[in-house]
Amino acid sequence: MDAVLSGPPAIVLDKVNKWYGALHVLRDVSLTVTEKERVVVCGPSGSGKSTMIRCINRLETHQEGRIIVDGTELTDDLRTLDTIRRDVGMVFQSFNLFPHLTILENCTLAPIWVRKMPKAEAEALAMSYLERVKIPEQAKKYPGQLSGGQQQRVAIARALCMQPKIMLFDEPTSALDPEMIKEVLDTMIGLADTGMTMVCVTHEMGFARQVAHRVVFMDMGEIVESGPPGELFENPKTDRLKLFLSQILRGH
Amino acid sequence: MSDAGIHVPTAARTQTVVASAGLVAWARLNLFGSWWSTAVTLLLGYIILRVVAGVVEWGLIHAIWTVPYSATGIADTAICQVAKGTGACWAVLTDKYRLILFGRYPYAEQWRPAIVVLLFIGLYIVSGMRRFWRKELLVVWVVVLAAIGILMGGGVFGLSDITEDYWGGLPITLILATFGAAFSFPLAVLVALGRRATKLPAVKLLCVLYVEIIRGVPLIAVLFMASVMFPLFMPAGINVDKLLRAQIAFILFAGAYLAEVIRGGLQALPAGQAEAADALGLSYWKKTAFIILPQALRLVIPPLVNTFIGFFKDTSLVLIIGIFDLLTMGKVALSDPPWQSFSTEVYLGLAAVYIAFCFAMSKYSRSLERDLNRARDR
Repeated sequence: MDAVLSGPPAIVLDKVNKWYGALHVLRDVSLTVTEKERVVVCGPSGSGKSTMIRCINRLETHQEGRIIVDGTELTDDLRTLDTIRRDVGMVFQSFNLFPHLTILENCTLAPIWVRKMPKAEAEALAMSYLERVKIPEQAKKYPGQLSGGQQQRVAIARALCMQPKIMLFDEPTSALDPEMIKEVLDTMIGLADTGMTMVCVTHEMGFARQVAHRVVFMDMGEIVESGPPGELFENPKTDRLKLFLSQILRGH
Repeated sequence: MSDAGIHVPTAARTQTVVASAGLVAWARLNLFGSWWSTAVTLLLGYIILRVVAGVVEWGLIHAIWTVPYSATGIADTAICQVAKGTGACWAVLTDKYRLILFGRYPYAEQWRPAIVVLLFIGLYIVSGMRRFWRKELLVVWVVVLAAIGILMGGGVFGLSDITEDYWGGLPITLILATFGAAFSFPLAVLVALGRRATKLPAVKLLCVLYVEIIRGVPLIAVLFMASVMFPLFMPAGINVDKLLRAQIAFILFAGAYLAEVIRGGLQALPAGQAEAADALGLSYWKKTAFIILPQALRLVIPPLVNTFIGFFKDTSLVLIIGIFDLLTMGKVALSDPPWQSFSTEVYLGLAAVYIAFCFAMSKYSRSLERDLNRARDR
């Protein structure tokens, strides 16, 4: 699938296959994301979209094909893994903040221990990102004291504190109450404006229209269609995408 | 207490009444609510009073605290024999407490084990305070444990050399328990992590075998192996002393049980925590130290302390391999002919010491749990 923007590739998936036992979850998935490109991945549940995005920072391993992130191919070698995880931030559906650490500690832990940043510098950086996600006043609190939307914004700030080149979002708004979805999407739109390379698994079609250069539709472990959001949503070529879109729209 | 025929929600009623009239009203409602309830209250009250009165009478009013000694220094327990059944003979404890607490340690040098016991207690208190939880605490532990070794054994700084054969009583119990906890806990953490290391099958197998084998054997068998079989396997001339062997047996035994408790905590942690740490690029050990263990251990404080309390009491099993811990010294004290028939008093005294330590542990675990969770859930 070709990129919409032209530029050096940030992520390349080349005929990636993955099985869970006998279950074939990724089938010949090929995708190239160029630098500064924003890709939204959508599809019905069980379509492999989360698995694919989790393969990009190797939370899951693929069995066939190649994944190249920022010029480095993902292998079992721990050093390349460290490099890639340092440069790829991830935001999860269930936030996964560390409940025993304060918001500030959540944000400074990795910069201090992975990037070896001095504590004061890491804290200043964390505060600047907390300001960007508009919750600097919560820095001394614990995750359990924050609302879901606030927690997810902290999770975004935490990932950004590692100053990644690529951000992955795995259904960042799916676990949120409806009234909190907007604040998280606004944060992500703000991030998009900075030119960050983003791959985002989401069903928020409004967000996709506004932000994505390209939408990728996955079903049954394979990429079925991809293209600019307007084109894809107005003129779906396959029955599977038509069905999916009708289900999504009915839900809204 | 059942309130026959009344179907008003009792809890609601109790609350309002307590709020308005306090204890008397509460008692009237809950203890004397009906003739049946009144009868049970009176009967139970009578039994409790009789028991308490009996204990006070036996343990305090008719108790004998000292006995005369003959010219040769032998205790004359005639008055205790007379009072037997009606009054406690605490004189056995006032006479024998130093033997029970410090064993056969030379009498003139017993200030040394006394300081050792105080050092242990001080170490527990300091370690229990969260504001001392820093790297320096580790140094304090090493220094204090070294000081304890020097005080007990002597041979330096002008302290007379006293071999382990003379050690006994409370210091032995505390040494076994403290060194046991200090070494078995890190061992248990490593084993618990090792059992989950799916990418290192050899390590995993080793950890599983260790836990299953040790858990499958009675502690007494492990102690016997350490004391009887272990020397047979050692090359001639190498002699690891008995206390150290028992100590190692304890560490290995406690380690297996603690490992399972800790593994329970590791399993209770949502997978997302490890994934988030991975995604941030934290290495395995940093992830484990900063994210996984702090949360997993917090989850298992109650069973962890439960295990520690169990092992504190299990140290008394060393008597079967001829080490004189606190409980054993109680038995030794009772072997003195004049005191032979006062085992109740001695065992009550010993129980008080064990209860003091175990109760302190359980109180502490609850306050720790509350403090740690307050920071998180507030």
